[in-house]
Amino acid sequence: MPAPELWLLADSRLPTGGHAHSGGIESAVRRGLVRAPDDVAAWLSGRVPTAGLVTAAAAAAACALLDSRGDDPSALVAREFPSRGDGTTTGPDWEPWDAAISARTPVAALREVSRQQGRAMLRTVRAAWPHAAVTGLGTRPHQALVLGVATAAAGGTPTDAAGLAVHHLVGQVCSAAVRLLGLDPLALAGVHARALTAHGPVVGKAADAGTTAAGAAEADLLPTATTPLPEVLAVLHARSEGALFAS
Amino acid sequence: MLHRLDELDLSGGAHDHPKPGRAVRIGIGGPVGCGKTALVAALCRVLRDELSVAVVTNDIYTTEDADFLRREAVLDAERIVAVRTGCCPHTAIRDDVTANLDAVEDLVERFDPDLVLVESGGDNLTATFSYGLIDRQIFVIDTAGGDDVPRKGGPGVAGADLLVINKVDLGPLVGADTDRMAADAARVRDGKPTALVSVRTAPIPEIVDWVRAQVRVTA
Ligand SMILES: Nc1nc2c(ncn2[C@@H]2O[C@H](COP(=O)(O)OP(=O)(O)O)[C@@H](O)[C@H]2O)c(=O)[nH]1
Ligand SMILES: [Mg+2]
Repeated sequence: MPAPELWLLADSRLPTGGHAHSGGIESAVRRGLVRAPDDVAAWLSGRVPTAGLVTAAAAAAACALLDSRGDDPSALVAREFPSRGDGTTTGPDWEPWDAAISARTPVAALREVSRQQGRAMLRTVRAAWPHAAVTGLGTRPHQALVLGVATAAAGGTPTDAAGLAVHHLVGQVCSAAVRLLGLDPLALAGVHARALTAHGPVVGKAADAGTTAAGAAEADLLPTATTPLPEVLAVLHARSEGALFAS
Repeated sequence: MLHRLDELDLSGGAHDHPKPGRAVRIGIGGPVGCGKTALVAALCRVLRDELSVAVVTNDIYTTEDADFLRREAVLDAERIVAVRTGCCPHTAIRDDVTANLDAVEDLVERFDPDLVLVESGGDNLTATFSYGLIDRQIFVIDTAGGDDVPRKGGPGVAGADLLVINKVDLGPLVGADTDRMAADAARVRDGKPTALVSVRTAPIPEIVDWVRAQVRVTA
């Protein structure tokens, strides 16, 4: 049984601003590249194992950096970090992880989107999990890091963090497709479900990579992968007039 | 004419008072085309010399509203920010106000304004603001939308801190009985004020005074 509070992180109604993002699909829809549920599935097959993998691995790493339960999955929610003289707690040094995500997000527009969503999720995390180790994350961290921290605070594992990252990407794309194309929401629920199963191995791979990187304290070990077309479309989207979604 | 102004407690309604020293955030909601942008423009023109004002718009399809306000030069262009709401204007002002909060906080940090106006994207009559985003809300309807709207009530008409019935000038042309609209509104609004105006064609001192009063409670 997953930690009960994890359900909250999986719920698209959790107010973190996600509803205003399309996971890049609006730009593809506008160009006629995506028209039907199968196209949405194909889009996800390109994006989840690449950009999705990077995000999921980074979220898993952030969770693992806070997670010291070792062999006993039920042991501890988040590691205690020694407190400084001034009463604040020290946390992981997030800077290399932040830089590693930036380096793996080639397009400035998407780095900005990641920080926008990170800022928003940070606000939600502060409200829902006031004990979360957000010290040192700054005001506009990459979303993957905040998701990892939130997952740890909610009692989840690095695998949960990776799974949530993939679930959010798939969910954003599917719900935007319903709104943009008037597609059957039931058909898209099917696309969502099948994508989660099909890309289960991506979650496993991301969790392993993130946990290994965190264990070695080496952000450079995070995977690197992307798909050029969605990156280009993201730039065009950011410049476009009249877009409905923020990304 | 502002109805029941004499009975109006200008220090605020049932909701938490805005904090002293903090910008007052006023949401402006109502159906598409009722005159929200016209109202924002009119308020900015009158208030910009006495207050530091900033505006967030929630355009549904374009940055049309923000562009209109910038073109009309009601404020410096950088004090007007457009937010994208992903086809869901009511979500962005009520259920998940993230994008709007970001925009308001950025404006506050940059300009330290006295007043931030947040114009909703325009939606149906149930779309109201969360008080997690704003301190006060104005709900705008117009005579052309049908004079039975106040009678039907709903969260915007009944609950808004100020109800504006706009386009009174069009009343005779569309066969709307504005007296009846005012009376129906009074019945569902439990003493909260209603203003009948023609934002585009006449001054709106009663709305301006109401806004001033909201800002004054935080001064
Ligand atoms: N006749 C009349 N037209 C108005 C009035 N207020 C606004 N309008 C017009 O109604 C249209 C929609 O106004 P707008 O402010 O864009 O509505 P919004 O969608 O609620 O922002 C515009 O053409 C305005 O010029 C008014 O008091 N009388
Ligand atoms: Mg408007």
